[in-house]
Amino acid sequence: MNSIRVLWNGVIKENPTFVLLLGMCPTLGTTSSALNGMSMGLATMAVLVFSNLIISLIKNLIPDMVRIPSFIVVIASLVTILQMLIKAFAPDIDKSLGLFIPLIVVNCIILGRAEAFAAKNGPVSSVMDGIGMGLGFTLGLTLLGATRELLGTGKIFSFGVFPENYGALVFVLAPGAFICLGYLIAIINKIKG
Amino acid sequence: MAYILIFITAIFVNNIVLSQFLGICPFLGVSKKVDTALGMGAAVAFVLTLATIVTYLIQVYVLETLHLEYLQTIAFILVIAALVQMVEIVLKKVSPALYQALGVFLPLITTNCCILGVAILVAQGTYNSQGLEPNLLTGVVYAISTALGFALALVIFAGIREHLSMSNIPRGMQGMAIALVTAGLLAMAFMGFSGVDSGLAKALGL
Repeated sequence: MNSIRVLWNGVIKENPTFVLLLGMCPTLGTTSSALNGMSMGLATMAVLVFSNLIISLIKNLIPDMVRIPSFIVVIASLVTILQMLIKAFAPDIDKSLGLFIPLIVVNCIILGRAEAFAAKNGPVSSVMDGIGMGLGFTLGLTLLGATRELLGTGKIFSFGVFPENYGALVFVLAPGAFICLGYLIAIINKIKG
Repeated sequence: MAYILIFITAIFVNNIVLSQFLGICPFLGVSKKVDTALGMGAAVAFVLTLATIVTYLIQVYVLETLHLEYLQTIAFILVIAALVQMVEIVLKKVSPALYQALGVFLPLITTNCCILGVAILVAQGTYNSQGLEPNLLTGVVYAISTALGFALALVIFAGIREHLSMSNIPRGMQGMAIALVTAGLLAMAFMGFSGVDSGLAKALGL
């Protein structure tokens, strides 16, 4: 019951993209299409789940003084593993996400959850928190990517919705990322009242 | 002459924040006042240049000599974290006022993606070096120009936000929503520079 609440908290109540506004660089930089956004979200989620698991397991072994550097080393090692796996098994994703894969290291969500959650809770709820936050992040990125792809090219996940020449290319380019996210946040604020 | 081209391109055409999406967190977080924005811009410029030089040397003389290229991410982030710590200690002594103003964002430079991003780009040689061989000099010129581009975007954005705080904004749009839309318009303005690089290359006869 408790782990479901942790999961819900990550996906909806403290959604990293729309509520906490964490990890803005990959959010804006990799959402030129729904697929790119989703793959970035899943890559981040993979790192987040394992970093939460490892940190919650070793938290009692780490002296408090060197907590943050140790967390960063754990996260950086996981990102290196992920980078090698993506390069080997999904070179297309590697090409479209490019620099943003090594930059998962400096994504505030991962260090933030390590410090705020995994360092204080047991392995099971830490993994649940990682899955919840990761899903929330993936959801946010996919939604933003889908909106930008739809407005920019008239497609969602490369399935045509309306003819491409009605799309406004600016939504796929840099300004569209800021504007779309701004309006999505405004809509969510409105719904929340 | 190509150095001028690297300089102009990195500041205006491929602005690190507004077209590369690196360093968004401080861009949105420390842009409420122009003074703080200037301080943050200066701190990032200093750390970015220093980090680029150190990480480039580590890449060439340690990682590549020992065939440990896969340790790049781990090595770089640790070097950057150490550098930021050093800058923090120096700043605390030299300018306590600025240290106070930057507050929590100074240690956060460590997790500013533009530092690690630029360090990786320069170490890999995958940045736009305008036809020159990517080496330490072009890397440093690129890093300084990128940092100036970051500071420029940050200061302009802070200036706009100072005015924004005085205007009447619909309730749902308040806070981050209107800031993001403003950043989008700023990015659109910077898109006006696209093509300047190729025109300038022609004018300089490159």
